[in-house]
Amino acid sequence: MNPAEIVKKIRERFPKEVLWFVCFRDECSIVVTKEKIKEILRYLKNTPGLEFDYLVDLTAVDYLGFREPRFDVVYHLMSIKHRHRIRVKAQVPEHGCCIDSVTDLWATANWFERECFDMFGIHFKGHPDLRRILMPEDWKGFPLRKDYPVKSDLGDKEWETYKELKESAKAWKENAE
Amino acid sequence: MQNKGITIKELTVNMGPQHPATHGVLRLVLELEGEIIKKCIPHIGYLHRGIEKLSEDLTYVQSLPLTDRVDYLSSMVNNEGFCVAIEKLMGIEVPERAKFIRTMMAEMARICSHLVWIATHALDIGAMTVFLYAMRDREELLEMFEMVTGARLTVSYPRVGGVRCDVNNRFLDKLYNFIEKFPKKVEEYETLIDRNRVWLKRTKGVGVITAQEAINWGLTGPTLRGSGVYYDVRKFFPYDAYDKVDFEVPVGKNGDVYDRYRCRMLEFRQSARIIKQCIEKLPEGPILADNALRIRMPESPLKIDKKDIIFEIYIEDKQIQEFIQKFTEVYASVEAPRGELGFYIICDDSSKPYRMRVRAPSFVHAGVLPKLCEGSLVADVIANIGSIDIVLGECDR
Repeated sequence: MNPAEIVKKIRERFPKEVLWFVCFRDECSIVVTKEKIKEILRYLKNTPGLEFDYLVDLTAVDYLGFREPRFDVVYHLMSIKHRHRIRVKAQVPEHGCCIDSVTDLWATANWFERECFDMFGIHFKGHPDLRRILMPEDWKGFPLRKDYPVKSDLGDKEWETYKELKESAKAWKENAE
Repeated sequence: MQNKGITIKELTVNMGPQHPATHGVLRLVLELEGEIIKKCIPHIGYLHRGIEKLSEDLTYVQSLPLTDRVDYLSSMVNNEGFCVAIEKLMGIEVPERAKFIRTMMAEMARICSHLVWIATHALDIGAMTVFLYAMRDREELLEMFEMVTGARLTVSYPRVGGVRCDVNNRFLDKLYNFIEKFPKKVEEYETLIDRNRVWLKRTKGVGVITAQEAINWGLTGPTLRGSGVYYDVRKFFPYDAYDKVDFEVPVGKNGDVYDRYRCRMLEFRQSARIIKQCIEKLPEGPILADNALRIRMPESPLKIDKKDIIFEIYIEDKQIQEFIQKFTEVYASVEAPRGELGFYIICDDSSKPYRMRVRAPSFVHAGVLPKLCEGSLVADVIANIGSIDIVLGECDR
């Protein structure tokens, strides 16, 4: 099925939720509100003719200063049977930064959502085990947000565990002397 | 629990991050009851270098060497994936010769990567000789990489719009000789392990995942095909010269460690077949497109034809149209040795990517470990880690 038909089908089923769609280089992305995201994705997964059985990727994008609501959670879906792809984007605001988890639709969403939480601080409601995954558990801040600096002098904001490590190394050295 | 007068207690074992069989810095916390695994919790992130964040501060050309470091065992395919994504974004048509060279190089990288896999996987299970044989043959390939690119591992050879330098006949002859002999060498590895009783006992029926589960868990590459699902990016969404060469995609049946092993062994032969065709069909012509990105890229934004963006807005908001035209996005994926490697790039009006997302197959595959390991024996963990073929550099990015 070509992307335009898929968009049409979703719009018929969820007329209020679809905000806009963009097609670029034969790739289609649909932007929706976050409230019914799980129902939309379940519809995409289970409807005959669409059958997006494969969650390729789940990530987020931060549009700080360019748009309100600030975040987009991006789902890349693919159907192995029909060989088509689509991109669904759900808008998530900075306040009340949460969205429904889709772990019970696709098991692979588990780690993707954990990574998304780790990097952007977006909470996934109903996720079985929402912890940091790549960063240390006591890390402060969300690295992939646009207001998180690439380079900076951290000063007092140094990672706690590293501070402790430095202090213990110093103490050890003094003892040795 | 009572068992013939012996008390068995649950035991928590920490495997890794410094463990030779975890293929990098992967840490598994295993809750054991006797030798049975009750729970397996993977911990990753020890090799996290923030490649996605770093690329937001570098120009497109500067980001290319970063992608080498994503999966350091097959850097050629990573570069290729990145280039394919940017080319799609800019609408660059790559010259035929460059396409064939890239395909050839990518398959060389696939063989290289699979050789490391068979070497370490067999070593973990206890077959030392395979390791020595595979490393010997990998050395030849690495030397050939060095001949063309000047580097053995982190090649940075493909460019946005083509490749960096042309290949010469001396290289092609050497590669052709190697490829002619290569299927014989694969047979050699197989004679060592394929009918080995220890190997069969350790791999058959271990770490089984059904086709439906495999799709649900998002597996790709040989790990998915071992379960009998026919999905290969090279066939589904062809890029470079894959639609011009003839090859088959091997598919397994049972979804156990053995079938995944068989799939990769058959892929060796298919890769050799592709390389052979690429050398035979290699056309003459330029190796870089006219509108390709230059190395000394000025601080200028990418040239994207905004007319290609088709959109429809269903809400009343005047700023949305500007927003849509400012942020152009593209997702392109390639078939890396480990599975589908995707690059999702959002481009704004600057010379740097607004967001570069790397969809890493190893990340997904590491996530399926609890599913494979729980309920099995401790020794099977090693076989499972080997069979899903993860590289932690790619997993953590």
